[in-house]
Amino acid sequence: MPEFDLLTTAIIIGGLVLIVMSLVGYATLAERKVSAWIQDRVGPNRVGPFGLLQPLADGGKFFLKESPIPSHVDKVFYLLAPAAAMAIALMALAVVPWGGTTPPPKPVAVEMAADGKTLDYSKSVQEYDRVQGSYRDQFQGVIAPGLDIGIVYVFALGSLAIYGVILGGWSSDNKYSLLGSLRSSAQIISYEIPLGMSIVGVVLFAGSLNLETIIAWQKQNGWFLMFQPLAFLMFMVSVYAECNRLPFDLPEAEQELVGGYLTEYGSLKFGMFMLGEYTHMITTSFLMSIVFWGGWSLFGLEDSFTDPIAAAVLKASILGAKMLGFLLLYIVIRWTIPRFRFDQLMALAWKILIPLSLVHLLAAMIVRQYGLSMYVLTGISIGLFIAVGAIAAFYKIAPDNAPRRKVIPKMLPRVMVG
Amino acid sequence: MPIAASDIKWVEAPKLGFLGQLYLPIVYDGLKTTVSHIFSKKRTESYPEQEPTLPPNYRGVHRLNRDDQDRVKCVACYMCATACPAHCIDIVAAPAPASWTDREKYPETFVIDELRCIYCGMCEEACPVDAIELTTLYDLTGLSREQLIFDKEKLLSVFDITTKAGTDPVRSRSGALGPASERPVTA
Repeated sequence: MPEFDLLTTAIIIGGLVLIVMSLVGYATLAERKVSAWIQDRVGPNRVGPFGLLQPLADGGKFFLKESPIPSHVDKVFYLLAPAAAMAIALMALAVVPWGGTTPPPKPVAVEMAADGKTLDYSKSVQEYDRVQGSYRDQFQGVIAPGLDIGIVYVFALGSLAIYGVILGGWSSDNKYSLLGSLRSSAQIISYEIPLGMSIVGVVLFAGSLNLETIIAWQKQNGWFLMFQPLAFLMFMVSVYAECNRLPFDLPEAEQELVGGYLTEYGSLKFGMFMLGEYTHMITTSFLMSIVFWGGWSLFGLEDSFTDPIAAAVLKASILGAKMLGFLLLYIVIRWTIPRFRFDQLMALAWKILIPLSLVHLLAAMIVRQYGLSMYVLTGISIGLFIAVGAIAAFYKIAPDNAPRRKVIPKMLPRVMVG
Repeated sequence: MPIAASDIKWVEAPKLGFLGQLYLPIVYDGLKTTVSHIFSKKRTESYPEQEPTLPPNYRGVHRLNRDDQDRVKCVACYMCATACPAHCIDIVAAPAPASWTDREKYPETFVIDELRCIYCGMCEEACPVDAIELTTLYDLTGLSREQLIFDKEKLLSVFDITTKAGTDPVRSRSGALGPASERPVTA
C-alpha cells in the first residue's frame, strides 16, 4: 500500500461501507430465509427472484416511512441513540482485516556508534525506510493497516456500541425500554470480562494486539482454535451475549419486553439500530475467524496463487467464507437454544465464564513462561472444560431448582409481628 | 371449583447429567434437529400459484343443485331459512309449474347474503331434498356488498361451475328428488 492518501482511503472506506451495508441487508434476508426454512416455511419470495431484492425493498421502506418522534421522549438522546449504535458499529470495522494482510514490521534496533557512547541512527534510519517501504508496497486488506492496538480498539468500540442501546432505552421514557437497556448494561458489564480474558491468552502467544500479526502467527504455528478451544468457546458465548443474540437477547426479548429498547423506535431509526446490530454481528464473525480460525489462512491453500490479485481475491474469499459461516451459525443457534433466564445469564457469566477464563489464562501464562509445547495447552483447555462439566454435574453446592420454603419467624416478639 | 389436591401432580425438571452440564452435546443435538429442518420438506403453499387441496366437506360458497332435468332442485320448504342461524337466506315460494309433477312448490327467488353467512353448513343439513350444498369454492371476492348477495341464477351457476370443474361432483341421488318432495296424498 502506498503512502497515506486521503482519496484512496476514502474510496476504500466508501467501498467497504457499501459492501458491509449490502451484506447487512442480505444478512437480514438470510436471517429471515434460514429462520423460515428451519420452521419448514419458504420465507420471503415475492420481491425479485427467490426474494433476493427484499433487502432493497426493506431499505426503501425504512427511508420513505414517516418517522414519528413520541412527544414524551428526550429528543436529543432519542435521536442520538440509533446514530451512535450504527456509527460505532461501523467504526469498529476499520481495523478488522477482510483480506490478505502482512503484519507491520517490528521496530528497528538502534546500534551504538563506534565510540561506544552515542547512538548511530544512520543505519537504523536506512533499515527503517527499507522495512517500511517493503511493508507499504504490499497490499493490505484492512482500512487502517498496522494499528498496534487493533483488538483493543475493536473491543472498546464494541462495548461503546451498547451506549446506543442504553441511551435509546433511557431516553424513550418507557418502562419496557428502560428495562431492556438496564438488562443490556448488566449483560455487557458481565460479558466484557470473559470476552477480554479469552483473548488475552491469544495475545500472549501472538505477542501483539495487532490483528494482522495474530493472523501471521497462526499461519506459522497453527490456528488458535487447536491450542485454546475453550478460549474460543468462551469468546463465542460472550460475543453472542454482546451482540444481543439469542440465547442472550434479553435486552429486546419480544415476549417479555415488547421490544425492549426498540419499543419506541420506528422507520429509519429502527433501521439504524438493526444496521448497527447486524454490523456488530459481522464484525464479531470476522473477529472469531481471525483470532481463532486463522484469518485468511487455510492449510496452505491460500498460497496456491502467485499472482498478487488472484491471491488477494482468494484470501479475501477464504476469510469471507469463514465469516459467513459464523454468521450462519448465529442464525442457526438462534433457533436451537431457547433464551436464558436473566439469573441464568448472570450465573453463566459470573460463576462459570469469568473464573474459567481466569484459570485458562493462568494455564496459557504457564505454558508461555516455561516454553511448553502448545499441545499441552490444548490438553489443559479441553481438560478444564470437562472438569467444569463434572463439577456442575456431580458437585452441586446449591441446586438452583430446590423448592423455596416459606420461612415463618417464630422467635420474633409479638410487637414486631403485629 | 378448586382443583383437588389429589389431582395436582408435581413435576420436577429433569436433572442434567454430566454430558448435559457440558452443554455442547445438548447444543449439538439441538443443532442436528435445527439443521435437519433446513433441508426438510416445506409446508408452505405459495397461494396464488399453488391452490390448496381442500377436503370435499369444506364449507365454502353455496350452490343450488339442479335435478336430472336441469331444474332447480329446491322445493321451497323454508327448512334452510329456518335453520340458518345468521338469517341470510331469503326465499319467495311459488306454486310449481304444472309440468313439474314431482313437487307442488318451487322457489321464485332464492337469495343468500354471502356476507352475512357464517358458513356453518346448517342449511345443507336441514335440506330434505339435498338442494343446497356448500362447495369448496373459497376465494369469494367482490367489489361491493351487493355483488355478494347471490340470487337463484348465481347460485345455480355456482353448481354449473363446480360440477364442470369436478371439484364438487353431484353428491346425492344423481339429481332425483328424495321422498320428502312427494306430493301429499289427497283423498
